[in-house]
Amino acid sequence: MSARAIDGIERGQLVERPQLRSGDTVRVHVKVREGDKERIQVFEGIVIGMHRGGSRATFTVRKVSFGQGVERIFPLHSPIIDKVDVVRSARVRRAKLYFLRALKGKAARMKEARRTA
Amino acid sequence: MVTGIIGKKVGMTQLFGPDGTVRPVTVIQAGPCVVVQAKNVPSDGYDAVQLGLVEERPAKVGKPLAGHFKKAGVPPTRVRREVRVAPGGEPLKAGDQVLVAGVFNAGDRVDVIGTSRGHGFQGVIKRHHFGGGRATHGSMFHRAPGSIGASSYPSRVVKGMRAAGHMGHTRVTTRNLRIERIDTENHLLMVRGAVPGADGGYLIIRKAVAPKREPQPQVEKAAKGAPQGGARASKPKK
Repeated sequence: MSARAIDGIERGQLVERPQLRSGDTVRVHVKVREGDKERIQVFEGIVIGMHRGGSRATFTVRKVSFGQGVERIFPLHSPIIDKVDVVRSARVRRAKLYFLRALKGKAARMKEARRTA
Repeated sequence: MVTGIIGKKVGMTQLFGPDGTVRPVTVIQAGPCVVVQAKNVPSDGYDAVQLGLVEERPAKVGKPLAGHFKKAGVPPTRVRREVRVAPGGEPLKAGDQVLVAGVFNAGDRVDVIGTSRGHGFQGVIKRHHFGGGRATHGSMFHRAPGSIGASSYPSRVVKGMRAAGHMGHTRVTTRNLRIERIDTENHLLMVRGAVPGADGGYLIIRKAVAPKREPQPQVEKAAKGAPQGGARASKPKK
């Protein structure tokens, strides 16, 4: 009974999102509030890890901005995410791409994966 | 007006706020409850009700308790707890139903009382956060409590000396938790933060004895007249 009650609450919070995987390059459209105005800001980068778990799921996006590595962890079902676009997917052989943090420039490139979506 | 209700801890999860903030919440199956006995000033000296938590199966009770429930005209319940009644509102009678929606609203502050997890017989380091001694370098003092007092005077151990013993499984109150959401249909209460005890434990949820005020966002007051000199007072560019 107990598990069902929590499942019901978590199911109510799920939002439709594309199937994301580590190695995907994504454009995350984030709602930003400035005063009482709201606008959309895009955060584009590579998904270097997914943390699954129903409505508690999160994903980490890494990008290099002006030579500085930036990582942002988004709750997958957060209401501040307007939408997530998958731009391309790379062929990767592990779930967490933390090794990318040590690489930069040409070394951090990845091969495109042929995925039948 | 009843000031509390009996519940069962379901577990923890998280909810999204309207601004996207993630809020940790404990889900509590709160009620439905029935009034098993109504107490009042003339007969008992104070106003209170004894509530019973209605569960799927009625409890198996002995004859004396069965008579107590029969008097109220309700099926026996496993858990009964007494809850104070605030003045005002019409007095409750034995047999009345008490539901979450009738007691609390989203945004209210509550105190949650439960039985903490039992840890068994524990030493002084886990139980009272003593520092302990070195593990190596010839140290012969590891996890022992150390000195417990002087010798010939006072020739006894002072009362209240912290020592090893049974830890946990005591009544614990967590005060001032905010109700984030109420699911009237399924009798669920979502309370921000953690609550004593393991999942499945029984709880009393009562109106906060000393409610904390809701935090108000700091709003900058409209500047009066011309801004005064200095870099700090100058308006940010935009």
